[in-house]
Amino acid sequence: MTCRDYKDLMMAYLDDEVDDRQRKAFEGHVAACRGCSEELAQFQRLKTLTDRAVLAEPEDRIWQQYWGNVYNRIERGLGWMIFSIAAILLAVYGGFKAIEQIVEDPHVGLFLKVVLLALIAGVAILFVSVLRERLFFWKRERYKDVRR
Amino acid sequence: MNAVCENELALEWAATVNSKEAFEAFVNRHMKQAYFVALGLVGNHEDALELSQEAFARAYQYRGTLNTQGKFFPWFYQILRNLCFSHLRKRQHRQTESLDGNPENPIEVQAREGFDPRVLAEQNETTSRLWRAIGQLDEKHREVIILRHFQNLSYDQIAQLLFCNKGTITSRLYYARQRLKEILDDEKGGPCV
Repeated sequence: MTCRDYKDLMMAYLDDEVDDRQRKAFEGHVAACRGCSEELAQFQRLKTLTDRAVLAEPEDRIWQQYWGNVYNRIERGLGWMIFSIAAILLAVYGGFKAIEQIVEDPHVGLFLKVVLLALIAGVAILFVSVLRERLFFWKRERYKDVRR
Repeated sequence: MNAVCENELALEWAATVNSKEAFEAFVNRHMKQAYFVALGLVGNHEDALELSQEAFARAYQYRGTLNTQGKFFPWFYQILRNLCFSHLRKRQHRQTESLDGNPENPIEVQAREGFDPRVLAEQNETTSRLWRAIGQLDEKHREVIILRHFQNLSYDQIAQLLFCNKGTITSRLYYARQRLKEILDDEKGGPCV
């Protein structure tokens, strides 16, 4: 085995994730290899340093209010969803009514009516096109079921 | 058993979250581990609290997508880490913008401003320097350091959370510690570990 192979073992040795056979092999190599021995000593000092850093426990009040905050988020999320759906439906309905009024209004010129209808047709085609493209790529997405 | 890998089956979890009381009990059981993982990833109390709570809200929202044959915590952990990493990217982006024309490295600035040593139980020069150095690691390296040192997870448990094999964890830890050593040495102007 080369030093490179032992470097892979070094982390497991430091973290006590090796079995007896691996431990003996690694200790044997370190006793004979100055480079690996120095590197191991540096990593051991770093580990001691890291072990000294401990995260502080926040005040009890944080935990007492925790669920309430999560619940508010869930509730707000639901509120936003209902609000968004209602706003979209309202906008569609309002738009439809406004267009209906313009089209039926005898005072509005034919040119404006045709332009307005063309505008609606354009938006509808764009919408269908984007939707179809999304569906097409979603169906052919090879990694859609892969968990990341 | 370490709380992070308290691997209750997703099936059991899915059965409990259908009532508000059961979900509340579930949040109360896991809130500390979620908070401390987030704290390790983003470095300060306010962001960690906010992101861990948001992760629970999202877990509730997307509970239907959970594979009921799988384990719960690895699934929840993916939501939490994605939220944390996306938050860090936004924070870095904001800092890069505000530093426009300033020669400072945005990653170092993020570590200085985002990784607050006040979250440490014992604050001294050494632990504060270490905490800021952890903040300068890239995401995947910081993640293994946090899971190994601050959550005390075994290599198998980390591999399970990150959906990769033990060899990947070993090599990631090697490079993470190597980089951490370099950052600490650079700050001191010579070897300090």
